[in-house]
Amino acid sequence: MADAVVTSPLAPATSRIRNRTIRRFLTHRPAVVGLCILVFVALVAIFAPIVAPYDPIKSDFSAIRQGPSALHWMGTDELGRDLLSRLIYGARTSLMAGVLPVSLALIISIPLGLLSGYVGGFLDTVLMRITDALLAIPFLVLAIALTAVLGPGLYNAMLAIGVAAIPVFLRLSRGSALAVSKEDYIEAARAGGNSSLRIAFKHVLPNMIPPLFVQATLTVATAIIVEASLSFLGLGQRPPAPSWGSMLNESQRFLTTMPLMSLWPGLAIFMVVMSINIVGDGIRDAMDPRHKS
Amino acid sequence: MTLGGFMLRRLASIIPTLIFVSIIVFSLQQLIPGDPAIAMAGDELNDEAVQEIRVKYGFDQPFYVQYFKWIGNVVVGDFGASYRNKMEVLDLILTKLPVTLQLAVFSMIVALIIGIPTGIIAATHKDSFIGTAANLFALTGVSIPHFWLGIMLILLFSVNLGLLPSSGYVPPWEDLRQNLLSLIMPSIVLGTGVAGVITRHTRGAMLQVLSSDYVRTARAKGVAERIVVSKHALRNALIPVITLSTIEFGQLLSGAILTEQIFSIPGFGKLIVDAVFFREYAVVQGVVMVTATLFILLNFVADILYFVVNPRMRSANG
Repeated sequence: MADAVVTSPLAPATSRIRNRTIRRFLTHRPAVVGLCILVFVALVAIFAPIVAPYDPIKSDFSAIRQGPSALHWMGTDELGRDLLSRLIYGARTSLMAGVLPVSLALIISIPLGLLSGYVGGFLDTVLMRITDALLAIPFLVLAIALTAVLGPGLYNAMLAIGVAAIPVFLRLSRGSALAVSKEDYIEAARAGGNSSLRIAFKHVLPNMIPPLFVQATLTVATAIIVEASLSFLGLGQRPPAPSWGSMLNESQRFLTTMPLMSLWPGLAIFMVVMSINIVGDGIRDAMDPRHKS
Repeated sequence: MTLGGFMLRRLASIIPTLIFVSIIVFSLQQLIPGDPAIAMAGDELNDEAVQEIRVKYGFDQPFYVQYFKWIGNVVVGDFGASYRNKMEVLDLILTKLPVTLQLAVFSMIVALIIGIPTGIIAATHKDSFIGTAANLFALTGVSIPHFWLGIMLILLFSVNLGLLPSSGYVPPWEDLRQNLLSLIMPSIVLGTGVAGVITRHTRGAMLQVLSSDYVRTARAKGVAERIVVSKHALRNALIPVITLSTIEFGQLLSGAILTEQIFSIPGFGKLIVDAVFFREYAVVQGVVMVTATLFILLNFVADILYFVVNPRMRSANG
């Protein structure tokens, strides 16, 4: 009963805020364009087997290092593989490498951050010390060091990126939990006789998610660049499977003879990362108009 | 609070962070699958030899004993040796670090020269085409994959125009001109990313200061807009930008990893990548530990700078 008193006025207010945020986001024209680009790239990645004109791995020695043509819109690489098809399949790797590590980091850091911020005490002190230490190691350095331990490969690289992203979200979710737990409605829930666990998961958790959402969007962009960096260094996606980073790695040897090989994957990374950053800015402005960029 | 008191308080918080960093760095090696003694034994793979290595390097000891032994050595600068380079890890780091520091300093100069004016323009021309272009530039700076930008610059300035060397590094004491030429492209590549961050912060800080009461008063008194921007607003807006630049300098050290790889610069970044490929964990540990320590110290310097230039902090802490 007490719970009903606390939650019922909140529910419509939350959905009102959400609707207002979505409306504000839709007025941010660059962010909407960015979102459309991302949806397009995601659809292309999902339907890669249907959209891609060729097999991205199959060599064609009769079509080695060709320029753009009606048959190969973006040209071919040193093994005669179609660059457009490799780019399309590479989008799968990049988007996956952006979303999966961030999801992993969120799954681990949200409950820990909630515990740390809401419960506090010794656990909070220890967790924050570890977070400080992890944050002192630059993101790429930590990801490289973890890949050194785990061994090269796409999934290990994604795991390394996810682990490297945990301290960022842990710090943020802890701060968020701490701020939310001081709000009047949490006090009201407490006065209503709800258990700590119930308050933490039912009231604090849903309200600490929005600020994490903006950071998650921006970290997806970072993760895509870090995966491309690791693959470029030869620590991520292994050949012959395509990823935008590994395509750039392969292109380096043909810089003088086949410059287009390095142009396309770089442009693709740039376009996706820029779109994510614009969408991130749009979400932040929509959630907090005072922060308008 | 006095500056000395503030420094002491910050220093006290650095020590536990460094201890935790060292535990993480040491734990990394423990996560490596397989027995390190077997890996080190190489061709001499018999039980006796493996056991000997295990005892010699203390692998048979509990984790905390191994850690204390390791940290004891690290404190006196002994990170172990690199078998590939046949050098002590610390000596190796000390040879490579100045190269990366030179690159980072040049990149920061590029970032400040581009970032601050662009940020001012973005704030003063907020609602015009120029302001939008400045914003777009900042966004491009933070979104572009820098290793790709490096490849594109090599393609343009080295391959097509033949103006700049595509790779390599010459120490300044050997040939200063060649040294500067070899660092132009890497500094631009590394600097533009930070320039994007600095532009965004300068713009934010300028917008805040330009809407403050004392700027409004200066305008009301009829002070020329140019003076308002350069004398009244900029001086205050630069405070957070300077502290941010100190922290960003730490980011440059890690950003240098890819730039050094592309331009074949034998610095700190290339050292860690090579160490990963040759599975030289002592080098990886050394580089990560030194990078984190530098990063923590730069944050410390940023805090001190902020304390010195911002009188409000003194009363707030006092």
